[in-house]
Amino acid sequence: MTNKIIRHVLAEFPYQTPRIERGYANQTLYVNVGTGEIKAKPVSDEMKLKFTGGKGFDLWLLWHAVHDDTKWDSPENEIVISTGPCGGITQYPGSGKSLVTTVSPTTEIITDSNAGGHFGPLLKFSGWDAIEVQGIAEKDVMVIVDAIEGKVTIEEMPDAPNDTHLLGRWLYDVLAEKPQEKYYIAMVSAGTGAEHSLLGCLNFSLYDRKRQDVRYKQAARGGPGTVLRQKHIKALVVRAQPFKGDANHPADMERIARVGADIQREIATWDSVQNRMRNRGTSYLVEIMSDYDLLPVNNFKFGSHPQARDINGAYWETRVTQGLPDGCWYGCTVACAHAVDGFELQTGPYKGHKVIVDGPEYETIGAIGSTCGIFDPDAILELNFYCDTYGIDTISYGNTISFLMECYEVGILDQEKTGGLELTFGNAAASLEILHQLARGEGLGKIAALGVRKAKTYVIEHYGADPQFVQDIGMENKGMEYSMYMGKESLAQQGGYALTNKGPQHDEAWLIFMDQVNNQIPTFEDKAEALHYFPMWRTWFGLCGFCKLPWNDVVDPKNSKSAEPAKIPHHVQNYVDIFSAVTGREVDINEIIAMSERVYNFQRVFNIRLGKGLREHDYPPYRGVGPVTEEEYESRRERYDQQLREWLGLDPDAMTLQEKMAAHRHYRTERYERLMDAVYERRGWTRNGVPTVEKLKALGIDFPEVLAVVEKKLRAED
Amino acid sequence: MKVLAYDAQKCTGARECEVTCAQTWFKVQDVAKSSIRISVKDDGFAAQFCIQCGKCIEVCPTEALYYNKQGIVLLKKDLCVGCMSCVGFCPYGVMYFAPEEALAFKCVACGQCVKACPQEALKIVELDEASTDVWNLRF
Ligand code: SF4
Ligand code: SF4
Repeated sequence: MTNKIIRHVLAEFPYQTPRIERGYANQTLYVNVGTGEIKAKPVSDEMKLKFTGGKGFDLWLLWHAVHDDTKWDSPENEIVISTGPCGGITQYPGSGKSLVTTVSPTTEIITDSNAGGHFGPLLKFSGWDAIEVQGIAEKDVMVIVDAIEGKVTIEEMPDAPNDTHLLGRWLYDVLAEKPQEKYYIAMVSAGTGAEHSLLGCLNFSLYDRKRQDVRYKQAARGGPGTVLRQKHIKALVVRAQPFKGDANHPADMERIARVGADIQREIATWDSVQNRMRNRGTSYLVEIMSDYDLLPVNNFKFGSHPQARDINGAYWETRVTQGLPDGCWYGCTVACAHAVDGFELQTGPYKGHKVIVDGPEYETIGAIGSTCGIFDPDAILELNFYCDTYGIDTISYGNTISFLMECYEVGILDQEKTGGLELTFGNAAASLEILHQLARGEGLGKIAALGVRKAKTYVIEHYGADPQFVQDIGMENKGMEYSMYMGKESLAQQGGYALTNKGPQHDEAWLIFMDQVNNQIPTFEDKAEALHYFPMWRTWFGLCGFCKLPWNDVVDPKNSKSAEPAKIPHHVQNYVDIFSAVTGREVDINEIIAMSERVYNFQRVFNIRLGKGLREHDYPPYRGVGPVTEEEYESRRERYDQQLREWLGLDPDAMTLQEKMAAHRHYRTERYERLMDAVYERRGWTRNGVPTVEKLKALGIDFPEVLAVVEKKLRAED
Repeated sequence: MKVLAYDAQKCTGARECEVTCAQTWFKVQDVAKSSIRISVKDDGFAAQFCIQCGKCIEVCPTEALYYNKQGIVLLKKDLCVGCMSCVGFCPYGVMYFAPEEALAFKCVACGQCVKACPQEALKIVELDEASTDVWNLRF
């Protein structure tokens, strides 16, 4: 097949794959699709020590690539992808993640997003700790890292389809000379939706040997797929050599094997009686969240719905194919990467096709499902599939649609403005229609394509919407749409969402249960400590190539007797062992936290450099804090009234609804300010959220260009 | 299927089987490399080894494990990526891992231990389906 396909090579860079030593290839790959320049960059010991890998490497490379005024569509913006030193380990579940960073089209600061799939590990095994792609190509190109041929190329392949599910099959057929070679191919792609939207996600492929087909996991947050397509890149591809379980050449394989055997047995013993991730993936969360009033419904107005049972974990267990080793990288027996096979599409350009739907995961079910008032599983699958193949982030898309649905219900939008669509909560057909419009760059799809923040501006400017109301209900912070947990009754989670670097994605902190359900962090100081420890701990996964789920989604019940169950100390020790055994760098939990603090603070400074990253950018919309509308208040009146009595010593019976809502708003808003103060102090930042010079020095990231950014800001504060 | 079987009544704990297995497959005397393990019980000895149930085949993501025509679960070394899924999910804890090769290994009923056992406590037997009975069969 290879001969018949047009492959117009624009640039070629020969190389030899170095031996991977202790988790590092010790070089990164630079590709400029605009100029055709391709080169290797060495990885220094300091880079490993201070930035570890993964997101740390991404940020370090990106920092040197961009300017203070770089925008997402500037040619110098890059997509940087790296796994990390433990990425590609097969003996510990969840060790194949890739981290992507870029300047985001929606937040206009740094976004980072992680995905499973095989790209990161295979890229490293092919000799590269990271790939940074800069420039804008004239026509659509592929970047192909071919370790078998020993070269990196930029190529035009004019016959390549655009949407991911077609592109993947096509490309694997083109590149694999023998069927087994497909096992060692991985690609990163977006789709037609990403061309017409700021919400573009990246699909990271893997070859599923059992299904004999290509599967995808998404790095979706912050629009990296939009950047890929704006650069006119159809796919980044790696064609690797077959590899063995010691491809990372770790320092101490025996230690890895010991820990690996322990965790595999723990999963084998407990998953089936706990979350059943192996059977239903993260969808198990739907029911729990709805039970605790934490499942976003109708644009986060409410936290539960009777119909949530139609889309809960027990249902999905009957729907996703059972009994397959659905890990997103080898050795992950948590295996949450399930799929619905043979799903027949009912709408859109692929109507009638039978496809594999990767997922649905909890966040997707919440975003395109419950928060849009949609509880029809088939509609969720159809939306999930099209979002993926079009290269659209399900979380951002769902939030944007639910925002528009609320705008419709309150009269900001009407049928004239929606092109005849009755955009009420629950209208799945309308959501699907808008998604297809978005992929074509038409109609209401053009507004949905903007994401919540820019859609807010649009309805204010074009339809005269009340700015305060729109600001209150649009579920975004920093320009990123919220992931799927209702934070109204958890102050710590409000901070966990908005006191973040990239925006409200729970990968930094998920504190709802600790805070709201178990009341383990009652004071501001407790919450601030949790908002220090957990974001740092969680950041570390993305420096190394780890997935967080095997840390806390399957746990031997003996953990409840440990000193700090929320941290899961015996799993923390596993990670200490694995990292030390891979890299030969003996660490403990304090050093782990320090590794993350370096990268975390560096990212904060990076955002400041790009003109944001300050206190003013860390405020949540009020919908994420308390009841915006009378309807919301009335739906949970008992709770809110009781809070007025307990928290404020007020008598709700003597107050009007408006007075009660105002009292809540005042109290909750002020409480959030105090949380900010406590968290900034704990993190070593000023009241404006700027890392202090002392902090940067203590962390060893006091590079002159970093200090310069901070000092300028601190002078302005004085 | 032709599988290994063990008669506890005959075993005197000489452990020749362990050494022979390690020697046969890994060219070492270290019994950590043996696919059969003898343990001491209050009333004598017991043996652990693969019964060829095939549960590991389901969890292997690389299709490295398969049944041969004789009903024995074999490993294709070139496909195994050493992920230890089979090790953790073997219901009987008799799938092992060799760190220096990063490969899984298991009993393939090759019969070398049968020849080595001075007490004739091991035997290759013909069964219709996999059963833990082989860990204590009278013969
Ligand atoms: S838990 Fe799920 S997402 Fe994490 S590594 Fe395993 S399969 Fe991938
Ligand atoms: S260790 Fe090898 S044989 Fe066992 S599950 Fe993993 S790839 Fe398959």
